Amino acid sequence: MAEPVALKLTTKDFKSDQEVRWCPGCGDYAILAAVQSFMPELGIPRERIVFVSGIGCSSRFPYYMNTYGMHSIHGRAPAIATGLSVSRPDLSVWVVTGDGDALSIGGNHLIHALRRNVNLKILLFNNRIYGLTKGQYSPTSELGKITKSTPVGSADSPFNPLSLALGAEATFVARTIDSDRKHLQSVLRAAAEHNGSAFVEIYQNCNIFNDGAFEELKDASTRDDYLIRLEHGQPITFGKDGQFCVVHPPGGFGLEVRETATVSPEEIVVHDAGVTEPAYAFALSRLPGLDLRNTPIGVFRDVSRPSYDNLVQSQLEAARAKTSGTPEEQLAGLLTSGDTWTIL
Amino acid sequence: MTKQVRQLDRVVIRFAGDSGDGMQLTGDRFTSETAQLGNDISTLPNFPAEIRAPAGTLPGVSSFQVHFADYDILTPGDAPNVLVAMNPAALKANLGDLPRGADIIVNTDEFTKRNLAKVGYTASPLEDGSLDGYSVHPVGLTSMTVGALAEHDVSKKDAERAKNMFALGLLSWMYSRPYESTIRFLERKFAARPELVSANIAAFKAGWNFGETTEDFGVRYEVKPAQMSPGTYRNITGNAALALGIIAAGVRSKLPVFLGAYPITPASDILHELSKHKRFGITTMQAEDEIAAIGAALGAAYGGALGITTTSGPGVALKGETISLAVALELPLVVVDVQRAGPSTGMPTKTEQADLNMALFGRHGEAPVAVIAPRSPSDCFHAAIEAARIALTHRTPVILLSDNYVANGSEPWLLPEVDSLPDLQVEFATQPNGEDGSTFLPYLRDPQTLARPWAIPGTPGLEHRIGGLEKADKTGDISYDPANHDFMVRTRAARIEAIEVPDLEVEDPDGDARVLVLGWGSTYGPIGAACRALRQRGQSVAQAHLRHLSPMPGNVGEVLRRYDRVVIPEMNLGQLAHVIRARFLVDAIPYNQVRGLPFTAAELETMLEEVVKNG
Repeated sequence: MAEPVALKLTTKDFKSDQEVRWCPGCGDYAILAAVQSFMPELGIPRERIVFVSGIGCSSRFPYYMNTYGMHSIHGRAPAIATGLSVSRPDLSVWVVTGDGDALSIGGNHLIHALRRNVNLKILLFNNRIYGLTKGQYSPTSELGKITKSTPVGSADSPFNPLSLALGAEATFVARTIDSDRKHLQSVLRAAAEHNGSAFVEIYQNCNIFNDGAFEELKDASTRDDYLIRLEHGQPITFGKDGQFCVVHPPGGFGLEVRETATVSPEEIVVHDAGVTEPAYAFALSRLPGLDLRNTPIGVFRDVSRPSYDNLVQSQLEAARAKTSGTPEEQLAGLLTSGDTWTIL
Repeated sequence: MTKQVRQLDRVVIRFAGDSGDGMQLTGDRFTSETAQLGNDISTLPNFPAEIRAPAGTLPGVSSFQVHFADYDILTPGDAPNVLVAMNPAALKANLGDLPRGADIIVNTDEFTKRNLAKVGYTASPLEDGSLDGYSVHPVGLTSMTVGALAEHDVSKKDAERAKNMFALGLLSWMYSRPYESTIRFLERKFAARPELVSANIAAFKAGWNFGETTEDFGVRYEVKPAQMSPGTYRNITGNAALALGIIAAGVRSKLPVFLGAYPITPASDILHELSKHKRFGITTMQAEDEIAAIGAALGAAYGGALGITTTSGPGVALKGETISLAVALELPLVVVDVQRAGPSTGMPTKTEQADLNMALFGRHGEAPVAVIAPRSPSDCFHAAIEAARIALTHRTPVILLSDNYVANGSEPWLLPEVDSLPDLQVEFATQPNGEDGSTFLPYLRDPQTLARPWAIPGTPGLEHRIGGLEKADKTGDISYDPANHDFMVRTRAARIEAIEVPDLEVEDPDGDARVLVLGWGSTYGPIGAACRALRQRGQSVAQAHLRHLSPMPGNVGEVLRRYDRVVIPEMNLGQLAHVIRARFLVDAIPYNQVRGLPFTAAELETMLEEVVKNG
């Protein structure tokens, strides 16, 4: 991972000269602004930062960042970014993707990047709809969703992106919301500090094709009762007055929400993002219902495991350490290895 | 007893047995011994895709053919002079290729009622007179091997498995091969199990001694070394040569190499080989699929590595969208397609040249790329370097069309001096190139090559964004301008045409040929052998072979028009012929065969003679 150096960069330094072309009111604007204003904090020079994206509304993101960037093809950003990250450990590589890009056409690349633990920061903008193709249901759309391609309701059960990432044993898994800049940036900060794959789901509003998809999580009158704000080392309580909490019922497989008044304080689960087994974070990811109640946000999981990049680089270094002579001399030696014969 | 020694100028031997009989290894060892002796050689492995097809059945037969001579040869030989048949299936599957009078060495232990019935023999061909026209040598290979190893501390199964070494020993004796390299090989291969080293060596020597003592083999043969150019040689398969070419390209470009690959027959050996050479700064990634393999290679190329992906036809089909992206991004990328028989899964271990259309045209939009093809196993080394040269210099994807025949076949390779290999160094952009001195224009082109700057992440001041959307000339900004798109499409085509490739050379030693045979890729050997044979019989015929299929050499049209007739043999249904006819309006005669096997020189000779005589 890139080492921080003293730099005097500002938000403005990360804005490219390209006109931003998302629909007015799109949640992507808020995410872009949050990322641009967070970037100086990284302490990494712009030239060592690369944004790689696939296809979809979110994937236009790299054009607006004044860093290096590649707008690639549908679903393939994690694969392309893997090649870049592994061969250039000096870079800070970010992947920007959406629910269709990452979970449908690119599902395979996503899970494999996560299981390898490639040193990528993956930002998945989840708006539960296909926006750029004008309103078809996505792999995170609710069962029964009525869209242009499902006039009587979709028959597909949705993916839970965090459950999927945890199933692939991602080492860093978090969720945040487009409209909460402070929270979004705190999650970006934690992701940036993580060595290995950091998977961040960002709930993002598509005001054209799926407006209000996460309204209860944003509306001041409901959000406190709906959102579970995870804090490492803190008991998991939520609600306007802390009236709800998360417990691990004995004999049960997972976690459940209870009224705080009905349980003793020691029964309340203390959030630990460092639990090695992904089962705990997985249980957290299963808490929300279809109505968005009990939606945890924050860092679900942050564990340490050697990154693919580090392992590959150390193999290269170990091989190089055993050699002597110039590359040309080594090549000459290799060509003449094995059973050779000479004709005079 | 002293045996008669007879001199031969060339021999073709085919080792055939069950997939589990170790025929590929036996053939490989015999080839290596033969190479040590200084004969010219050419080999043809032929095996099923199944790892262990049901034992003793026809689909399970695996064979290895080696042709060696005291002169320069071009093919693994049309018809074997000697067949080693380890079981009835191997005899039945290969008998049709044998000319009358050929030697057949059979393992009689396997000619049981049950094994005969498995392949539909109602009576043993060893007894019913059906092999009367051949010189049959019945040998109890299995029982004699087991007998020879009676004192060795190995299981009966391991003893039986050593029968291929007995056969190798016998053939090595018959053809007076030096066997030191085989002994060394066995010592290396079984280093962890010394009892197998001594057992296999003992089996080999028992085979050798059997040849020397039995009366069944009255004659021993010698094939003198061939007259070859001075230098150091090694025997090399196309896949191994290609891997070495990639390593050499990394050294000569001074770039790290990144190989993204997904296992696929018959390309996987390149991945295996390159994964052993990390010390050269070579990263190999076995990706989750073909698309990820090329994606990662392209990502690495964006970061300044020599990006390569290796696959076969089905993989290229999957990679098509990413190749198009590389065309739009104008980044260097080498795509190796070791062709196999298609469509779909087809015949994964059999050869074909039917991916030419896909390489030239198989992408959405106008997406031209460079396409080259090696002509022989050792030529794969130079073709890999040439592919890297074009990719790096012109910032373009290059498709290298190898095929199963050159990939798994082998020949002696005169090892090149490293200093004689082309210098592939290119420069990354380091400074803004705009007229104002501070702007960077990622699509401002080199006037000669039309290549854009390779500005890799990490370079201060050159931060820029690239992508699959159409770009404005020079700035690379997103553009939907009609005139710009027209300009960019034409420029991408012109970029490929701007690649410098050497003129097409014609071989016409008589100088008065009226018929030209044009080929590409692995058909070089059979076409060349057929032309030689015709010339020896007093006929004139000219041969030209295309290495560069896109762009083609500038003189192709002129060469074609010099001849009355142009014949194009291909292991497909006329893909190059189609291009030649469309592009040069030449009434070329296609000659096609798609049997999963290379052309025989004899069939091409017959066909060409017809054209030469009748026009």
